[in-house]
Order: sequence, then C-alpha cells, then structure tokens
Amino acid sequence: MSQQVVLLVGTRKGCFVLESDGDRCDWQVRGPFCEGWPVYHAVHDPASGSLYAAAASEWHGAGVWRSSDLGETWELSSEGLSYSDDGLKLSKVSGLTAAHGRLLAGAEACGIFESRDGGVTWSLLSTLDGQPNRDLWNEPENQPPGHLGLPAIMPHPDDPARYWVIVQGHGIFETTDDFASWTPRNRGLRADWPIENPEVGYCVHKLVMSPDTERLYQQNHVGMHRSDDAGQSWTEISEGLPTEFGFAAAAHPHDRDTFYVIPLDPGHGRTMPEGRAAVWRTRDGGNTWQRLDRGLPQRDAHLGVLREGMAIDALDTPGLYFGTSTGQVFASADEGESWTEIASYLPAISSVEVAVLG
Amino acid sequence: MAELRLPTTLPPLFPGLPRKLDVDAATVQEAIDRLDERWPGLRDRLCEPGPALRPHINVYVDRERAGLDTGLDARSRVDVIAAITGG
Repeated sequence: MSQQVVLLVGTRKGCFVLESDGDRCDWQVRGPFCEGWPVYHAVHDPASGSLYAAAASEWHGAGVWRSSDLGETWELSSEGLSYSDDGLKLSKVSGLTAAHGRLLAGAEACGIFESRDGGVTWSLLSTLDGQPNRDLWNEPENQPPGHLGLPAIMPHPDDPARYWVIVQGHGIFETTDDFASWTPRNRGLRADWPIENPEVGYCVHKLVMSPDTERLYQQNHVGMHRSDDAGQSWTEISEGLPTEFGFAAAAHPHDRDTFYVIPLDPGHGRTMPEGRAAVWRTRDGGNTWQRLDRGLPQRDAHLGVLREGMAIDALDTPGLYFGTSTGQVFASADEGESWTEIASYLPAISSVEVAVLG
Repeated sequence: MAELRLPTTLPPLFPGLPRKLDVDAATVQEAIDRLDERWPGLRDRLCEPGPALRPHINVYVDRERAGLDTGLDARSRVDVIAAITGG
C-alpha cells in the first residue's frame, strides 16, 4: 500500500485536511470542516485512525469534533467537558493528545479532561490542585486579559502513567502516577520578570521530546532550552538565534540532537524578523544553529506561527510543515533544506499536525 | 405551543433540527430542555453550567429580552439569537 501523508490544519474558521502521497510534492486541500468553528488543535489518533479537533465557538461554547473517515463527516461532543462545582469556567479546549488508549484535552481555565470512548464523552482528570501558584492561575480575578490555560499535554511514549503538561505563564508540571500528583519541572529556566517561588512562574510556549526520551526541548517566552534528564533541569540554547522568542518547535523523530524553531520578534508583532521567513535548525543539541529559508519568502513576509503551528513527520527523511497566522502552509520534504508553499489562502492558522498512513 | 426560532448555526450540529418549531413548555429553560431531550447536547450549545444562557446567546420572548426563567404561553414567539461576535 502506498503511503499517504495527511496534514491537519486548525484555523479560526474550521479544520482543513491537506493530503499528499509519500513524495509530499502534490497536495490537495479539503475543508473547511467543523462548521467553521475556531479550531485550536486538530490531531490524528494512530490507534483508531480517527481525527479530533478541539474547538470553541463564541456562540456555542467549547467542544471536540471527531471524524472516523478522515474528515468526510464530523460529530461534535462536549458531554462532560465542564467544571461542575468549583467555580472554574471552561472557555476553550486545546492541546489534544491521543495516547495509551485515551484522548486527552487541555482546557482554559487550567484542567485536563480525558475521553475513553473516542471523544463521545469526557471526564475531568485534574486541575493540578496543590501545585504552587495554582490559586493564581485558576483565580478569575488574577487572570491576565488573555486568560491562562493548559494548552499542551505531552505523553511518555512507553509509560502510560507519565505525562508533562504546560500551564501558561507558570511552566511545566510532570505526573508519573497518571495525573494523581505533580512535580514542577522548571529548574534552570529563565524569567525576565520577578517570581516569588523559583519552582514556577515561567512562560513555556512549546515542549517536545526527541527520540531519546531523556532529551526534551522547549521554546520559551525567553529562550530555547534543552533538557537531558527528562525535564528535571534545563539549559538555555538560544545563542546563535536571531531572537529568543517564538512559539512553535519540532524535534527530529530519528535524531536526538536535531531540533527546529521559528524565532519571532518578541514585541507586539510576533512575526518573523525583518519580514524574512525562516526556520532554524540545530543538529548538535543547540550548540550551533542554521537558518533554513530556501523557498520561503524573503521580502515583506511578516508571518506569525503559533504554538501548535509546526509539525514534523516520521518518514525516513522527515518532512517539516508550518502554518501561519495569515493562512499559508509551507512544507519541506527534505528536513527543512527547501520549502514549498502548499496552501496560500486559508484562514488564520492555529495548528498543524501530520500523520503518515499506510 | 410556543413558536421557537433558532439561529442558523444550530441545525448543522443536530441532524433533523429545523430553524423553526413548536414546543410545549412553560419557560424558556423548559423549551430548551425539550429540545435537548430530542437532540441531546443542544442545551450545551445554548447554556453554560448553572445553567445560564451563554454570553453571546440572546433570547427574546415576544420581542422582549428574556432569560431562562421567562414564562411562555401557547402563543409565545421565542427568538434565539446568536449575538454579534467574531469577524
């Protein structure tokens, strides 16, 4: 059976599916799906073959769409996606993760929900009770204007009870007992603002794992960082990059030392510096960086890429993909050496994920 | 039977749900409950836990702004509006 490469693109106006064969040269676009709801993260579950899209409508609330036929038909559910009695309000879901026979969703306000029936019903797993600063991130009057959520859940590939999560503005927390207890994992991170408790108060944008599960990388509000002990300590690896700020990041699926980021201007614009599009790659764990821009626009390209906006496939020569806040999708079939624009006029893109089928 | 009119964004989510239908209910909340019995999940699209109407869902009974506890009679017209938002 020939390989099929599927990109799931979450946008402000629904989910799109881009498809190609294993050559990753010719792409077909389908969509919009999910009735045009704002989709914050769409993923493929390799175990079931289903697609899931975390969405939140200004009118009709938050929910997770699911499709068992690669996007031809979709159903929505929010059954159980609710904080019942502790005053928390669920305004958004994102950070979908399909792992170890369950589907997980991160929520705003901060919490983790799981589904054991393929997204039909949901139940609350944890609100990280007892963690330092928990009263701050879940207290409505202490919320900044953008609100704080739990936008990312990273599973350990072999240990079904072990996960890392990001709490916006507070940092990474790890559970090794299936969401029963947590440990902050922010040692060595930098904060350019005053913090009372050095264990928490860090702004982690994206966390990824290399094929060596002890080697993690993160794109932080202030700098890129590497961990060689599964997050117990972090070392900054920003030197050589044009800015220390960005959202998206990707780890090479076969090489623990290769990691990709998209540096952005850190001010209000949060677009690629000087209007010249580039992805940056390290092949030595962050000691040196290479600018990758062949085929990317180098003039007047003020592109933004959000937290879930970049993905890498697991083919022998991995393909890299990113989607922009102005609706373009760029793809590389050669580990980022060269790029092609494969969609030009989608709505503002929140997420890009990739699956290889067959 | 009150006459209920729904926003265009709802029928695509619930197969068979019309834009306009008659409902036998004494309050707005009862009307939404009747719809939820027939189209499970519909209440969550209009109401938050509490329950309360979602912030961008407005309800009018006989052209007057209404809440979940507003009473209905057999000739009431209920307009459920997806209020201006987004872009």
